Parts: sequence; structure tokens; C-alpha cells
Amino acid sequence: MSVDSWHAVADLESMTHRARMLQSIRAFFAAAEVLEVETPALSAAAVTDLQIESFSTRMGQQSLYLQTSPEYPMKRLLASGFPSIYQICKVYRREEQGPHHNPEFSLLEWYRLGFDYRQLMVEVVSLLQQLSQRFSNSATAEMTAVELSYQQAFLQTIGLDPLNTTVEQCRQLCQQQQIEIPQGMSTHQLDEWLDWLLTQAVAPAFEKDRFTLLYDYPASQCALAKISDDGLRAQRFEVFYGELELANGFTELTDAAEQRRRFEADNQQRQQAGLSAMPIDQRFLAALQAGLPESAGVAIGLDRLQMVLCDKASISEVLAFPFSRA
Amino acid sequence: MRAFSVLLPLDLIKVRFMASYSTSEFKNGLKLILDGNPCSITENILVKPGKGQAFNRVKMKNLKTGRTIEKTYKSGESVEAADVIDIAVEFLYSDGELWHFMDPATFEQYAATEAAMSDCASWVKGQEPCTMTLWNGEPLLVTPPNFVELTITETDPGLKGDTAQGGNKPATLETGAVVKVPLFIEIGEVLKIDTRSGEYVSRVKE
Repeated sequence: MSVDSWHAVADLESMTHRARMLQSIRAFFAAAEVLEVETPALSAAAVTDLQIESFSTRMGQQSLYLQTSPEYPMKRLLASGFPSIYQICKVYRREEQGPHHNPEFSLLEWYRLGFDYRQLMVEVVSLLQQLSQRFSNSATAEMTAVELSYQQAFLQTIGLDPLNTTVEQCRQLCQQQQIEIPQGMSTHQLDEWLDWLLTQAVAPAFEKDRFTLLYDYPASQCALAKISDDGLRAQRFEVFYGELELANGFTELTDAAEQRRRFEADNQQRQQAGLSAMPIDQRFLAALQAGLPESAGVAIGLDRLQMVLCDKASISEVLAFPFSRA
Repeated sequence: MRAFSVLLPLDLIKVRFMASYSTSEFKNGLKLILDGNPCSITENILVKPGKGQAFNRVKMKNLKTGRTIEKTYKSGESVEAADVIDIAVEFLYSDGELWHFMDPATFEQYAATEAAMSDCASWVKGQEPCTMTLWNGEPLLVTPPNFVELTITETDPGLKGDTAQGGNKPATLETGAVVKVPLFIEIGEVLKIDTRSGEYVSRVKE
């Protein structure tokens, strides 16, 4: 470790932009009468997601986990009778570091009562447009957003139907289109291949200086989203700027039994992958059991959003002290 | 005794041949074996959809040929570790083909090839303490000290009094390396250079 690295990375201009971005976000939600809330960052329960690793610590005999998103406590607020809410907070994810990743990052997460994911997509675009205008970055000033279903996006760019394909087809497609096949790819987990194709071939084809809203993910990638009636699609969307992923949202699953089943399936997958099972958030499940109102929620990575608004190539440039200097 | 005689070889095999790194341990400078060749990681980028599978896209330098290789791993994969050691050496001289170093503790001498010197050749003139990475006793890579002091042999005339203004000009050092320096620097001055970035740090006061 070098002591030369004591000083800040982000400059005054960058920190001023951060402050202005946060002010604009708060003004947006004040106008929409969405309530700002705070929930605990430290909990005895944790996310069970196979692809997200929590930081853990201990107090006495008890294991505690830093939040990877404020999703569970915020939904408990909704189930407690709160109106539409938003939160700006730090979240923590182990082993995520790079030009677009910092293990500790800022998230804007909000929930809208009575919305479905399509209605929430409209609100997300309106927030992004308002921020773009405020920053009047020439690249983003006249911003319009493109909506593209996950299926359309794959068909248009690589001619593959992600809702009706196999690992073998994905492998052949990689070979035909000279897409590198990473070492260690599974022979049976289709989602892994779809994730790879999304990052290598589909998202890179998104328009460079526009927001793309990718929606209707395969049901196997539903996370905490409702599944469509045909059982094939999750009511989930993501927002990209160019190929940079900015946000993830969905129509919230309100079925407690289904949610428990998904958590347990996650933990089973984790154990098969040699990871430890995580303590399921029983209070969150109890809240669903008591009744979560119909709602949609979304989380936006604020550091990446600032990168877009201020035209920065690396997440370090918008952080006072990126992880390497924390 | 029987259990002992069975366990010991297995244990040794594990230590000697199975040393490996998981993708989560990847960082710049980590030495791996790829297709039998020792490589050093020069870039490690995480590719990860927020809710999806993570991948590590890695750039490596083949330490024998100096060539760069790009390869992607599904996160969680393990890769064989290169059995390398770093030793402290002192630069003696170059004979035009090989660069000669000595371990000041054992007086043992080592000769490094041009490929091994790619990060180092521009910054050493003699007697600098360097770090040498050995693989099977053979020099793979020589790393110069983080800072070196070198004399300027060529640069445009200095601008008098111009010590505060910005702007810079190229200057050639006694090793032949060219660095950017402030306008007021003159031929014959000794400069402190950061070898990691190749940048001018300061003048060295005589």
C-alpha cells in the first residue's frame, strides 16, 4: 500500500456534480410525492442470490450481513402500510471491482404502489431525462430511450431466441460468430450462456448514446419479479446506457409461498456451486404473508449514472476514495 | 505408519503441483501457467450483469515471449499458479544481447533476455537494485526500482523563469528513454523518474 494515495480521486467538479445529481433526484421524488426513507444496512438475514456475495461480520455469536440492496426492508415498509417510497443508500457486494464496479456503491431504489413494471419504466425514463437536461451534457441532452424486449434484442443482434434455445445452440453460435467461450462454462446452465451473450454480443449492439430499456427477461432470471401468465417471461427490466447497465426493476412478486420457494432454490444452487447457504430473511417472508400491496420497484446505480451524466469512463473518477484508496 | 506413508505423498503432490489461484485472487502481477507457459496478469476486468453470472476478462503477458494473451474465465474457476520466486538483484551491465545481474547476497549472477527486460531496460544504467522473478531458476522478468535518478542528455533549451507555468517538452535520458519534463528543465540535470508510469517526478538537487 502506498501512502501517496491519501488524496481524493474525484475532483471538486465531480463532487459538485454528485451533490447536484442527488439534489435533482430528491426534487424529482418530492414533486412526485414519494417519501424518502432509511432502512438498516446491517442485518442477520442476507440475499440468497447465487450471483451476489454479501460481506459478513459478527457481533457476539451472531453473524451479520451488509446489505447488497435495501429491497427486503423497503418492501416490509410497504407491507406495513407506507406509501410509495425511495431510498438513497450505500450497498456492498463482495468481489465486485473494476472500471464499472466498486465493492461499496450508491444505490437509488424506489417502489411505486399500484404500478406495474411497464409504468415504472416510464417513470425511470422521465427521471433520467430530467437529470440529463439538468446536466445538459451534449451527449445525453436530447435523450430518448429505446425499449426492447429481451427476446427482440437477442433475435435482432445474434438471431437467437433466448426463450427457446439450448446450451448447445449457444455454444455453436459462439463458434460461428467467433465469440470467445470462457473457461469453465456449464453444460446445463442456459442462463450462464445467455448472460455471456448479453454482455458480449447483445448489449454491445445497443445504441451508444442512448438509454435502452431491456424488458421481459426469461422466467429463469426472474429474481423477485412476477412471472407473466404464459410462464415464459419475468416482468423485469434493466436500463442500459450504451452497453453500461444502470438499473434493474420489476413488478414485485407478492406471493409469499413462491418467494420462499425461490429463496430455497437459490440456496440449493449456492450449495451445489460450493457456496454457503445464506440465512433467509424470515421477516421479509412474514411481511409478504401479511400482504405486500401490488407494486413495482427499481434500483439505479448512482455512481454509474453519474459516469453517464458527466461522461466519465471509470467509476473511480466519480468516487472520492475508490476501494483501492478506501 | 501405513496411513502416514499414504498421506504424505498425496500432500506433497498437492503442494507441489496443485497450487492454483481462483479468479477472485486475480490481480495485476499474479503469475499463472497457461498452456505450459508462465504468464503475468496485466489487466483483470470483471464482466458481470448485476443479477447474472460474473466473468473475468484477463490480459496476460507470456513471460517467455513477451506476447499478450487475452482470455476469459467464468468467475470461480481456478488456474494453475506459476511456481515463481522474486529475488533482489543488482544490475551490472548489458552486453548488447543480455542484461547481467548479481544477487548481492550470494554473488550469483543471472542473465536476463530482452523479453524479461521489457519493463526495465529503459530505466537502468548500473547498480540499481531490481527485483528478478525466477521460474525454474531462469530469469523471467526484471522489475526496476519504483524510482530511478537519471541525467538528461538531450532536450530543448530551458525557458528561464518559467517555473510555474504548465506545458512540457520531451527529454532524452542517459539510458535513451524519453520522458516529458517541464519547460524549465535543462541538459545535464538529474531527474527522479517513476518507472511504473514512466513520468517525471522532480529534479534531484545536487
